[in-house]
Amino acid sequence: MAGGERPLVRVRGLRKSFGGNVVLDGVDLDVREGEVTVLLGPSGSGKSTLLRCVNHLETPDAGFVEIGGDIVGYHQNGARLHALRSRAVTRQRAQVGMVFQQFNLFPHMTLLENITEAPVAVRRLPRKQAAARARELLERVGLGSREDSYPRQLSGGQQQRVAIARALAMEPRLLLFDEPTSALDPELVGEVLAVIQDLALGGMTMIVVTHEIGFARKVADTVVFLDGGRIIESGPPADVLTDPRHERARSFLAAVL
Amino acid sequence: MTQYDTPGRSVTAPGTAPPESGPEPPDPGPEQAAADQAPPLGLHTEPSDKDLLAARLVPARHPGQWLSAGVVLVLFAMLVHTVVANHRFQWPVVGDYFLRGSIMHGLELTLWLTAAVMATGYLLGIGIAAMRLSGNPVLRGLSFGYVWLIRSVPPLVQLLFWYELASLYPRLSVGIPFGPEFADFRTAHLFSGILAAYVGLSLDVAAFAGEIVRGGILAVDPGQREAARALGLGEGRIFRRIVLPQAMPAIVPASGNLLIGMLKATSIVSVIAVQDLLYSTQLIYNQNFLIMPLLMVATLWYIVLTTLLSIGQFYVERYYARGRDRQGRPPARGLWQVARANIPLFGRVAGPGPVGL
Ligand SMILES: Nc1ncnc2c1ncn2[C@@H]1O[C@H](COP(=O)(O)OP(=O)(O)O)[C@@H](O)[C@H]1O
Ligand SMILES: [Mg+2]
Repeated sequence: MAGGERPLVRVRGLRKSFGGNVVLDGVDLDVREGEVTVLLGPSGSGKSTLLRCVNHLETPDAGFVEIGGDIVGYHQNGARLHALRSRAVTRQRAQVGMVFQQFNLFPHMTLLENITEAPVAVRRLPRKQAAARARELLERVGLGSREDSYPRQLSGGQQQRVAIARALAMEPRLLLFDEPTSALDPELVGEVLAVIQDLALGGMTMIVVTHEIGFARKVADTVVFLDGGRIIESGPPADVLTDPRHERARSFLAAVL
Repeated sequence: MTQYDTPGRSVTAPGTAPPESGPEPPDPGPEQAAADQAPPLGLHTEPSDKDLLAARLVPARHPGQWLSAGVVLVLFAMLVHTVVANHRFQWPVVGDYFLRGSIMHGLELTLWLTAAVMATGYLLGIGIAAMRLSGNPVLRGLSFGYVWLIRSVPPLVQLLFWYELASLYPRLSVGIPFGPEFADFRTAHLFSGILAAYVGLSLDVAAFAGEIVRGGILAVDPGQREAARALGLGEGRIFRRIVLPQAMPAIVPASGNLLIGMLKATSIVSVIAVQDLLYSTQLIYNQNFLIMPLLMVATLWYIVLTTLLSIGQFYVERYYARGRDRQGRPPARGLWQVARANIPLFGRVAGPGPVGL
C-alpha cells in the first residue's frame, strides 16, 4: 500500500443525527484503492448510517465524504458546496455498489432482469451486451443455470450472491456491504463470504460491516471499530482483533467470539 | 352414500367384538373402501405402527354444509321460478329490446364514458398519490385537501355542480388576473351534459384512485426503493419499474371494484339527460310504460359487463402474481378451477378418498 497516494475514499468530520439522537459524531476514515475495510461495532453504533452516507442515501449534517476526488452529493465551487441535483447524485451512486442485509432483490424480476436493469438504464449498455455480462456474473457467483428463476425460488445465500452480482454489473469502484450474512442460516454464511473474499483477491475496494471476526482476520486490510458514532480503534486486524486497547472494543470482541 | 354419512365407528364402543385384523389386501373395491376406513381395532389390542401406517385417512365430514347448501338451492330455485314464471316480467319484451339500436347506443356511451373517466381519473389519481407521498408540504396539503373535499361530496351533487356551472360563472376567460384577457367562453357551451359527466366523474375517480394507489405504494418494502437508488436508478424509473409493479397486487383488486362501481355509477348521468344505457331504456319506457322489462334489459346488460370485467380482473391479478410464490410462476390454475374452488356446491374435492354425491 503506497503511503503517499490519495485514498479512494476519504471521510472527514462526518456528523449525523436523527432528531436529538446523535448517530455519527465526527467520523474520519480513509479507504485506499484495492483495500478491504471491515467495520465492527455494537448494534446502533452507526455502522449502517456511515455506509448510507458514503452512498448519499443519507445526507450528513456536517463533514463530507470524498470518493475519487469528488465530494459525494455536492459540487465544490470555491468556498461553497452546492448540493447536487438528483440526476448528478444518481451518477455518483452508480460508481458505488451496495449489498444489503435483506438482499433487496426485485421479486417481480428474474435474476437476469435484476442484474441487467441498472446497466441498461444507467450505463446505457445494449440489452444483449448487458445480458451476456449478467450471465458471466451469475456464473462467477455460482448460479450460472438460474438466470430465469425469480428471487423467491432461491435460498438466502443464493439471493445474496445474486445481489452481489447485481452490484458488480455496474462495475463499481467501491462496494459497500451492510451485514451481508446476518440474515442467513449459519450453513449459508460461508458461500457468501467466499464470494466476498474472492472479490478481495481480485482487488475490489470494499467496506464491509460484519460480525464475522474470522472473516475480518483473514480478509481485512484494516479493521475499524465504531462505538457511539465515533471510531475508537482502527488498524490492521492482527492488532485490533488480538489486542484492542479500548475497553469497549475488548468486551464487544469477547461477546461475538 | 349412506356409509359416508354415518359417523366413524368408535374404537372403544362397548360390545364391539375385535374382528380379525390380518394383513389386508391393499385393494378394496369402492364399496368396501368405506367399510375399511376405520381399521377395526378391538378393546384390548394396541394398534401397531404397521396398522396405523396402513390406516386410511378419512377427511372430516361437514353434513351441516350439505344441509345448508340444499336449503339455499331450494330457495334459489323458488326465486328463479317466480322471476321466470311471472308473466309480468314480460320476458319476450325483454328479448325484443335487448339488442335495439337505441339501447346499443346507450351501451356504447356507458362503455366509453366509463373508460374515459377511469383513464383520466387514474392519471390524475397517480399524480395525487405522488403528491401525497412527496416531501413537499404544499403538494401534500393540496392532495390531502382534494381527496377530503371530493370524498365529502356525493357524486350526484358534483355532477349537478359541473352541469350548472354556467349559472355561477356565465363567462370564463383566460388571462392574467386583473390584467388583459386572451380568450373568453360562454360556460353554457363549455359544460354540456356529457362534458359535465366526464369532468365530474373523473375528478371523483381521481380522489379514490389516488388513495388506492397510495395504499399500494405504501405496501412496497422501502428496501426496494433503497436498493434501486443504490444502483443509481433515477426516481422516475424506480417508480415505474420497481415500485409500481410491486404495488399492483394491492392496487388491482381495489381498482377492479372501483371500475365496476363506476360502470354502474355512470347511470347517474341520466339525471342530466345524457343518453347512457339506463337513460336509453328510460326514454323507451316513458313512451310505452313497459317499465319492468326495460329495467331488466338494462340490468342484464350491466350483469354481462360486470361479469366480463370480473373475468378480466382475474387474469390481470394472475399476471401481477408472478414471482410471488416459490414456484415463481403465476398459479397454473385457470379461471374455471378457481371458480369451482369458490362455488361451495362443487366443494373442495381435494383430499384422499372419494366424495359423495
Ligand atoms: N432514518 C432514521 N431515522 C431515525 N433514526 C434512525 C434512522 N436510521 C438510523 N437511526 C438510528 O440511528 C442509530 C444507529 O443506527 P444504525 O446506523 O443502523 O446502527 P448499526 O447499523 O450500527 O446497528 C440507531 O439508534 C437508529 O435507531
Ligand atoms: Mg446496521
